[in-house]
Amino acid sequence: MSEPINADRGLTYPGNLGCPGCGASIAINHALKGLGEKTVLVIPASCFAIMAGPYPMTALKVPILHTAFATAAVTAAGVRAGLDMQGDNETTVVAWAGDGGTFDIGIQSLSGAAERNDDIIFVCYDNEAYMNTGVQRSSATPYGTRTTTTPGTGWKRTRKKNIMEIMAAHRIPYAATANIAFPDDFIRKFTKARETRGGTRFIHVFSSCPTGWGVASSLAIKIARLATRTNIFPLYEIENGTDWTLNMEGDLPVGDYLGLQGRFRHLSPEDLEQIQREVEANLALIQERVAATRVRRAHLKLEA
Amino acid sequence: MRQVLEGSHAISEAVRLAKVQVVAGYPITPQTHIIEAISQYCADGSLKARFIPVESEHSSMAAVVGAAATGVRTFTATSSHGLALMHEMLHWASAARLPIVMGEVNRALGPGWNIWTDQSDSLSQRDTGWIQLYCEDAQDALDTTLIAFRLAETVNLPAMVVIDAFYVSHTFEPVDVPDQETVDRFLPPLAPRFRIDVDHPQALYPMVGPAFFMEMRRSIQEGMEAAGPAFDAIAGEFESVFGRRYSAVETVGCEDADLVLVTTGSVTSTARIIIARQREQGKRVGLCKIKQFRPFPAEVIRAVLGPVPRIAVIDRNVSFGSGGIFAREIQSALCPLEKRPAVYSYIAGLGGRDITPETITEVLRLAEETPMPAAESGWVGLNPDVKP
Repeated sequence: MSEPINADRGLTYPGNLGCPGCGASIAINHALKGLGEKTVLVIPASCFAIMAGPYPMTALKVPILHTAFATAAVTAAGVRAGLDMQGDNETTVVAWAGDGGTFDIGIQSLSGAAERNDDIIFVCYDNEAYMNTGVQRSSATPYGTRTTTTPGTGWKRTRKKNIMEIMAAHRIPYAATANIAFPDDFIRKFTKARETRGGTRFIHVFSSCPTGWGVASSLAIKIARLATRTNIFPLYEIENGTDWTLNMEGDLPVGDYLGLQGRFRHLSPEDLEQIQREVEANLALIQERVAATRVRRAHLKLEA
Repeated sequence: MRQVLEGSHAISEAVRLAKVQVVAGYPITPQTHIIEAISQYCADGSLKARFIPVESEHSSMAAVVGAAATGVRTFTATSSHGLALMHEMLHWASAARLPIVMGEVNRALGPGWNIWTDQSDSLSQRDTGWIQLYCEDAQDALDTTLIAFRLAETVNLPAMVVIDAFYVSHTFEPVDVPDQETVDRFLPPLAPRFRIDVDHPQALYPMVGPAFFMEMRRSIQEGMEAAGPAFDAIAGEFESVFGRRYSAVETVGCEDADLVLVTTGSVTSTARIIIARQREQGKRVGLCKIKQFRPFPAEVIRAVLGPVPRIAVIDRNVSFGSGGIFAREIQSALCPLEKRPAVYSYIAGLGGRDITPETITEVLRLAEETPMPAAESGWVGLNPDVKP
């Protein structure tokens, strides 16, 4: 019998500076199970830069290199180059950034690394706003959200940037979405990312933020599970930018997810309907790509 | 071996001889030749290094920060806007105590776009915790780059090797390129004091609260203070191996001078001729070249310039609202003396305007003939017909 997938390999210390119910805290636990101890984490400015512990403490049992906000991917690429030059091809170098450090200020160096296909894993733990500075909107903040910079009737009216499509457009070997509420799928994807060496791998992690979202900390997992069950955050993988796999399909209306959160409380039934249509259209696009992938694979088989 | 080399390539050649392991680079005129040559060395295997062609200078510095943190020798090069874009990471590199060496080609900042020489770029980075060494010519550039690695690795602070755009970067000169064996004797492989190690995990550069921060900053200051004597010692060793002498401050005829001209970079070469001529004519003039801007060699400046009645400083830079930056630093260094020289500050040659023998002669004449220095820096070589 294989080892239980959620066996705690103990790469985090008990206790960190995260808020109660912090999704990122859960995410790092799952991630390190898939990554193992021969991992270097590169962390830019983010909640996690604080959570990982102030000097002279650390919350993790793997080396951490803290770096400036815009530079997670390229600092990781530098670490990779340094290790390679010393003959260490075994250690996995992982950039661990929030949505600001990925979608916004970090996207230039991320795109640079992905285009060079640097041998790193880039993880975005996405809590859909600048939470560390007190809940300001980012380009990962979804349509309809109230934040401190999209307050009151000025709630965000533009859609969330589709980071997965951007990364797929770089034709990197592996990109996946993962959700803290689905640990077996989560750990499998981190394991696969670790094993897919020689290029840039990207994992987009759904990471609930009870503090910023206006939900009870006891609902951190439930709310994350609902994000996938309502197809707001579908779980899928993209290989080489072209081969799409959908891991599961949701079965609930978006209201089940949105209605539980303070950040969406102001939305009208019409708003919910609009979001529902958008979510369905997004899922349909993914399904089309999955279908196209199947057709292409079948053709390749026939030709062979 | 004596070769005819472009100033940029003198730096690239030094990087090859230093056996640098990771180089990141992004093109910008007039720096590009440095990283082009290095990528060629990486491609042809004459330098066993990883070249990372990054998408911005901010990323150049971040890449070498990441690499240097694993304990390898690193290099990057930039200029002007590239250096300005790097600013955040310059602070990161020094506070991270990483011995990164950077080639920096002095160029003006826009607007308007100007690719010509001007020290405003490097001097704007004065307070980032980088050692700054200014070079006069291609030989100086090669030698200083080798010295910079030793120095940076001795005090665990990053070092900038600065050359003038075009006057040095694109000018071909005969350069004595040392052989690898001799360089290896002078510059052994990097022995990092700390590095990322999965077998001994630790968190590098985490959040630091008020209880520890000041001591860390004090330690950088101590590193800078140590860099002065360290430079002298390393330069001494360099001289014994290669036969060429470098010092933080170089003087010509200052001992008996009534007036000393202070310069940096390639202007010094022109000034040497003017000073020699005037001395032949019996004038008691001297020349003082400042090579090391950070740490600022205040003690040497006091010793060399303290007894001189008049000092004229040429600044190819300006701190708006203050004046010539070298002049201000010198005035500040001389301040503790009871009897202080009169310091005449002149701004010249901005944005690549030639500092000709006539400009230098004019500066010397003004300093001689003006009874008391003005509080403001004088601007030399302005065209009265140009009205912006």
